[in-house]
Amino acid sequence: MLELDELVMDFGGFRAVNGCSFRVEEGSVTGLIGPNGAGKTTLFNLIAGALQPTSGRIRFLGEDVTTLASHQLFHKGLVRTFQIPHEFHKLTALENLMMVPPSQPGESLFSNWFSWSKVKSAETEVERKAYETLEFLELSHVAHQRAGNLSGGQKKLLELGRTMMTDARLVLLDEPAAGVNRTLLRKLETKIEILNKERGYTFILIEHDMEMIEKLCDPVVCMAEGRVLIEGDFQTVRSNPQVLEAYLGETTGDAA
Amino acid sequence: MELLGLVNYALFMAIFICIYALLALGLNIQWGFAGLFNAGIAGFFAVGAYTSAILTTAMDPDRIGGFDLHFIVGWIGAMLAAALVAWPIGKICLRFRSDYLAIASIGIAEIIRLVIKSEPALTNGARGIASIPRPAGDIGYMESQIAYLAIVLVVLIAAYILVERQFNAPWGRMMRAIRDNEGAAKAMGKDVEFRRLEAFIFGAALMGLGGALFAHFNRSITPEAIDPMVATFLVWIMLILGGSGNNRGAILGAAVVWIIWSVSEIATDRLPHEYAVQAKYIRLFLIGLMLQLVLRFRPEGLLPEPLRGDLRSTKPGADR
Repeated sequence: MLELDELVMDFGGFRAVNGCSFRVEEGSVTGLIGPNGAGKTTLFNLIAGALQPTSGRIRFLGEDVTTLASHQLFHKGLVRTFQIPHEFHKLTALENLMMVPPSQPGESLFSNWFSWSKVKSAETEVERKAYETLEFLELSHVAHQRAGNLSGGQKKLLELGRTMMTDARLVLLDEPAAGVNRTLLRKLETKIEILNKERGYTFILIEHDMEMIEKLCDPVVCMAEGRVLIEGDFQTVRSNPQVLEAYLGETTGDAA
Repeated sequence: MELLGLVNYALFMAIFICIYALLALGLNIQWGFAGLFNAGIAGFFAVGAYTSAILTTAMDPDRIGGFDLHFIVGWIGAMLAAALVAWPIGKICLRFRSDYLAIASIGIAEIIRLVIKSEPALTNGARGIASIPRPAGDIGYMESQIAYLAIVLVVLIAAYILVERQFNAPWGRMMRAIRDNEGAAKAMGKDVEFRRLEAFIFGAALMGLGGALFAHFNRSITPEAIDPMVATFLVWIMLILGGSGNNRGAILGAAVVWIIWSVSEIATDRLPHEYAVQAKYIRLFLIGLMLQLVLRFRPEGLLPEPLRGDLRSTKPGADR
């Protein structure tokens, strides 16, 4: 579904991603791990079109999407969340979800003036879906709060909720568990599993919480210094001496 | 100063408030909803004023036109011209982040002003364009003022309704989302560059209309009228004081600020002659002072941005 081929990203003289290649199969939940500064988030920014790679190719659904911008990739079914929640802080939680569906008739200045009834019926449908999503995420009680006033964990859930408002094929989750308490975390895992199994979303997950990786991800890709160190199932990756070294800086000790 | 004088003064003031309210609404689209720091309102105001003047005045061999068209044609032309001017400007400048956009737009407004001032064939240079026909201008003085106020009021109400509808529609939601977080809006599939340009042009068209209404009210337009102090910064204070992101706030702000501004002129005129001239410049200080006070004590404005979407039903306590 997604193929990365020798991706390189330079920031000035600093090479954040250095010849990174791997494939993601449709229907899988791929875990992306690695020490801080391994280039995981940069890689996400490249895949999502927020950054243009210095060299290398990205293919999504059999099509070369290397040069597409993030809003164009969204329309192809590639949706992402952010490591630090990027909520629309002055919009309500409900509006945060309602703004997501693509090509709403009410997004055109002219249809708002000349075909209001069409806009309104589309709006009712979007609203229903948004309420459903809030219900699913157990956020209904904050539907009319400004998103900026929500707690960190609620913002994380809202980020996940946005991916559910469109027909996503591939969802990139950047540290969905960071800063989320244990109870909520288990809930989040369940939601991701449901989305994967029932809605057929393919996920790539950056995460430092190894419990979550172990539970959800197969395969797991470990990055270090801007390239793929090893990929395979969780146990293989976990017991690999190179991974231990990358995480701990030495060859002894227990990763994670 | 008898009753008639007072009534006349009130009418005069009301017409100006309506015109400024249009400018503030235009700025609210750009700043309040799209987060675009346009400090070149005077430029679009001027384009609108001159376009309508050229379209509606009688033939003048010294400059282009006039075309002697109906004032409605002139006003629509003013909006189109302002929008057309805004298009390339937006195309280039909207890549800048907010403060750089402010600098660029100030510069562009000054360029427009200087071109108008020094260009005889199009705008008649520093002398400006006179004898612009005023709709309902050939009846008695007082009746004509009342009629013009009615026309301006109708235009303002129509603009308010049209803008308000956009803001409550998905278009407004999308613009506010782009303003709040550009990166996330892009990641959610919104074409940020195009949408910003749309808001910029939409706002500029209203500013152009404001300029046209001003020119027809004064029956003349000169480069002095497009002073950035009164045509740009006063509008900014109106919007910030009234409450950016709130259309009613924009209109309220226009009223409050214009009343303070206009009454302060009466006050300075009462001073002995030797101070009266100097005191005029104190009024400029007043603009800065007002801005400082508002930003310090009520940064969200008199009427803050309302919660929108499906929330007319929720209680105000829900918002913090």
